[in-house]
Amino acid sequence: MQELTITRHNELIDPVLSIWSWQIPVYLFLGGLVAGIMIIAGYFVLQRRYRHTDFSTFYLPHIALVLLSGGMFALFLDLEHKLYFWRLFTTFQPSAPMSWGSWLLMIVFPALWANTLIRIPQPFQGRVPLFDRWSAALNQRPQLIKGIGIANMLLGTLLGMYTGVLLSSFGARPLWNSAMLWMLFLVSGLSAAAAFVHLITTDEYERELLAKADAAFLTLELFVFGGFISGLLTSSRVHIEAVRLLLDGPYASAFWVLVIGLGILVPLGIQMLAVNHRVKHTPVAPILVLLGGLTLRFVIVYAGQFSHWT
Amino acid sequence: MARFGMVIDTVRCVGCMDCVVACKTENDVPEGFNRDWIAYDVTGTFPTLHMEIRSERCNHCDNPPCVSCCPTGASHVHDVGGVVLVDADKCIGCKGCVASCPYGARFIHPDGYADKCTFCIHRVEQGLSPACVAVCPTHCMHFGDLDDPNSDVSQLLASRKHHVLMPDAGTKPRIYYLT
Amino acid sequence: MTVATGAAAFAKGPTAPAKPAPRATKGVRQVPTFCDICFWKCGAIASVRDGVLWKVEGNPEDPLSRGRLCPRGTGGVGAHFDPDRLKRPLIRRHDRGREEWAEVSWDEAFAYIATKMHAIKATHGPEAVAMFAHGIGGNFLKHTLKAYGTPNFAAPSFAQCRGPRDVGFRLTYGEDVGSPERTDIKNAECLVLIGSHLGENMHNSQVQEFADAVGNGASVIVVDPRFSIAAGKAKHYLPIKPGTDLALLLAWMHVIVTEELYDKAYVAANGFGFDQFAATLGTYTPEWAYPETGITPEVIRATAREMARYKRTLVHPGRHATWYGDDAQRSRAIALLNALLGSWGREGGFYTPVSMDVPGYPYPPYPKPARPKVDNPDNRYPFAHEAITTGIREATITGKPYPIKGWFVYATNLIQALPNEAETIKAIQNLDLLVVVDVIPSEIAGWADVVLPESVYLERYDDLNVEWFREPFVAIRQPVVDAPDDQKPNWWMAKKLAETLGLAHYYPWKDIEEYLDQRLTNAGLSFAELKSRGIIRGAPQPIFTSEGAPLKFETPSGKIEFYSLQLEKAGFDPVPVYHRPADAPPGAFRLLFGRAPVHSFSRTQSNRILADMMDENEVWLNADVARRLELKSGDYVRLKNQDGVISNRVRVKATERIRPDCVYMVHGFGHTARGLKHAYQKGASDSQLVTRYVTDPLMGGTGMHVNFVTLEPEAIHG
Repeated sequence: MQELTITRHNELIDPVLSIWSWQIPVYLFLGGLVAGIMIIAGYFVLQRRYRHTDFSTFYLPHIALVLLSGGMFALFLDLEHKLYFWRLFTTFQPSAPMSWGSWLLMIVFPALWANTLIRIPQPFQGRVPLFDRWSAALNQRPQLIKGIGIANMLLGTLLGMYTGVLLSSFGARPLWNSAMLWMLFLVSGLSAAAAFVHLITTDEYERELLAKADAAFLTLELFVFGGFISGLLTSSRVHIEAVRLLLDGPYASAFWVLVIGLGILVPLGIQMLAVNHRVKHTPVAPILVLLGGLTLRFVIVYAGQFSHWT
Repeated sequence: MARFGMVIDTVRCVGCMDCVVACKTENDVPEGFNRDWIAYDVTGTFPTLHMEIRSERCNHCDNPPCVSCCPTGASHVHDVGGVVLVDADKCIGCKGCVASCPYGARFIHPDGYADKCTFCIHRVEQGLSPACVAVCPTHCMHFGDLDDPNSDVSQLLASRKHHVLMPDAGTKPRIYYLT
Repeated sequence: MTVATGAAAFAKGPTAPAKPAPRATKGVRQVPTFCDICFWKCGAIASVRDGVLWKVEGNPEDPLSRGRLCPRGTGGVGAHFDPDRLKRPLIRRHDRGREEWAEVSWDEAFAYIATKMHAIKATHGPEAVAMFAHGIGGNFLKHTLKAYGTPNFAAPSFAQCRGPRDVGFRLTYGEDVGSPERTDIKNAECLVLIGSHLGENMHNSQVQEFADAVGNGASVIVVDPRFSIAAGKAKHYLPIKPGTDLALLLAWMHVIVTEELYDKAYVAANGFGFDQFAATLGTYTPEWAYPETGITPEVIRATAREMARYKRTLVHPGRHATWYGDDAQRSRAIALLNALLGSWGREGGFYTPVSMDVPGYPYPPYPKPARPKVDNPDNRYPFAHEAITTGIREATITGKPYPIKGWFVYATNLIQALPNEAETIKAIQNLDLLVVVDVIPSEIAGWADVVLPESVYLERYDDLNVEWFREPFVAIRQPVVDAPDDQKPNWWMAKKLAETLGLAHYYPWKDIEEYLDQRLTNAGLSFAELKSRGIIRGAPQPIFTSEGAPLKFETPSGKIEFYSLQLEKAGFDPVPVYHRPADAPPGAFRLLFGRAPVHSFSRTQSNRILADMMDENEVWLNADVARRLELKSGDYVRLKNQDGVISNRVRVKATERIRPDCVYMVHGFGHTARGLKHAYQKGASDSQLVTRYVTDPLMGGTGMHVNFVTLEPEAIHG
């Protein structure tokens, strides 16, 4: 047997790493949600939904801007040297995902905002004459609008991937150290965004479409989970120990019950029934998906910190 | 260019923690935090036991994940000896480097920035040994240029069995333990 | 006179010091001195940065530290900055032990003490005042009390620590092992440690030499119920049943003598009574020793042969030797084993220490006490060559052979240093005066009538250290920074007290600098040079006798006494005889205690730097036993001893590193003095559980490893 006694007792490090609490999962969840929203909003732009509804090109991007700001505020709250946060923008560190992320966010904001100029709803017209002029100019150039749609889908994809890459780049945390994590977080972001739009949109077509999309994303997410778990299980000892934290370790009940059960399987079943018109659309499924997505970030962030090399 | 590293003789080490205390006073490490520490690694069943005692700290890795993950360049490889350092004025306290270190060598200083062993570069640049090396009553710690085949550390590595910590983590640590 | 209550009197405000002295200058200033965190007195160089104490490092000129302090010395800075320090003189306001005080001026404190001392002298004679001291800092107060007229001075370092060892060696070789021990560990090819946990017991020079020996590939044999740090370096680890070391020693000697492995030429040239000694060993076969010690005959034989294989074998005499009450005889067995191996006087064995010739200060002669020392009436313990602390305590309780009415306690926490706390408190309640000089509000300070706050070693001069060691040297302790509050150096207190007592003529010097200058001048040395270098070394002298040259011994026979006529005449066994120790009651564990490298006794737990290394102790419990008791590492338990005394809560360390029949704790924790805010009730106090002790009939030492405890989950006590 091995008996290892270590005299170090650094706060947030010992006995297990606990540097990140609620702020980071919340940031990752909102980032993923906004990423999904951007992809959906971009798709709707390309589908020229703005001709039929204000929601997907005006209200939804605005909501996304608020959500993203909330996420970034959570991130800011996590910083220990807050007054130095501007240092992020005095440099670009190509090897650091976080540096990529901070600059990516700087592009995401204007891209999201550009959506809102495509079609300014009646009550808001004339409020800011400059915006009205830009909107008019934009509407004379359909290629630009198409560009906005593509940019949103592209940047949304990058943002969604980034939330996973951020964690998977930490080789020292075996649970995060998986090439599937970016896909997991991207798909989870998409399903959360689909659920979110489904929940709040007033447009019948969009709701129906997104319920279907959500079912597809949730199904995909199950496959990605399979890949994530089997990838770690077939890796080295520390990776196996790490994934077992989820499978039968201290995080197993949260993982199986909240993330897989209530977060994916139950809403997936409800959505399948709903899109087949066996049951009516209710907020139950999308709320479960959203809570499941949030819980996923919590479980991965906490269990990942618990996982370590020996 | 020199490549500084340490060679620590676990046979001589008694785990007295003098290295830890010396680091504390030399570097004003705040109460409740450690830049270095002792690991007592015991295997076997009483009374047939084996104990390896190690003085541990930042490994100043050749492939430092804490540097590559830093979004501001605060974590960097110093010109002298390739020592891994933190520029407190650039650090935003994102703790990414803390998460990236498999050795748990970094902590957040109460003033908000990431902190860790510096190999006492301020002493080394004056021609002194790091405080932990200079204080060790068992003379179990050696510091020097791993790229210089004539250095104390290189000679010891050439002549004695040794290992590093968590080689599979891929960080290429520069602290070697003689066994 | 301001009144303060309880702990508040000891420390006002969270952190007091760190204020730069008015004359503070920018930059780093270095001052050589010598350490006082333990009593080894390592040469040190303190650095002051921008007027604030920064760090303490070893003085490269110092033969003791060889330029490297131990962790406690390195953490010495924390003693200066300790916010729990005593700050001003205190006089008791209420019942003893309630820790309620009035802060007084130094003059008031001395006037109070002098009044009491005059009264004691008038009623009981000056011999009725006794002093307990530890370390070099007590020298001046001793001088004052000798001038006052008492012969009663004792230190726990004899009857509670190394006394039995020194007696065992004196009886055999005619000389002490000394402190620092005269052991040539670094040159040993084979080193035997019997319960000596070098590396945890952090006497600097010894640990450095131990590392040298291990690094040189010495064959290390460790005998310990616990897999100590030293055991981790051993070629042979012998997990002995506690209390049976003498059986092992006798069996080893049996093997070495019967297999004729001993150094015959050495024994023939230097031994006295070898044949009589050898005749007593007959029955002590390894097979006999096996059930006693738990060490198999094969291992006993193999290790005995291993010792005899090398020319340079050292069986370390140990230091804290007061275990079972037969300790002087066990130490004598160690001395005899060394004699068989020829290690006394040989490289890798015991050297002859040397010292500088620095005469004492030419004081006027002291008055001759009317009565002899109180601690050992009728020579009850015939081989005690130093005063017995517990003898003074007993006299204080019984009033026999004469009453003791005043105690001075300098820098020794008697509550934790002496066994059976209740007896110490009983004695204290018989006193008319208890004066405690200390730097921190220790438990004994809590019982005092007057507490005198001493400046820490980094803030004061002390007497010269003229050490007996491998080479001659003299070292100086001098102030590095100012004391933060109204603390004073011991020399100043001793001089002021003498003046208040009307004994000013015993202090012909104006201040200590004049005293030191005078002593050094008389020795032909320069005070200025010593101040700037910290240490002056003398010319090296040979410390080993050349091989084959005759050795001289201060024994009655002039030889190494394998058979002791002295002991026989006094009615003791002339060759050690083994007596089986009492077994633990069912379900109980023998309580063993020892040291951590980062603490000195019970004196350093409020030093924030050292507390940061270790701020509470643990009770070591065999892992299998822990599983059986459903305890795991980190669980809090309380220990209950055979007399029903229950300890403070203490964490379990469930470990493979200890036998199942005993538990182990690091000494010095579980403080009950409220002024020690940081250390208060952290961990458990072993000494509180040492209610029983067995007195060594040869020399009065108190064997303390004779207590048994059970473990009770913390939940029982809430």
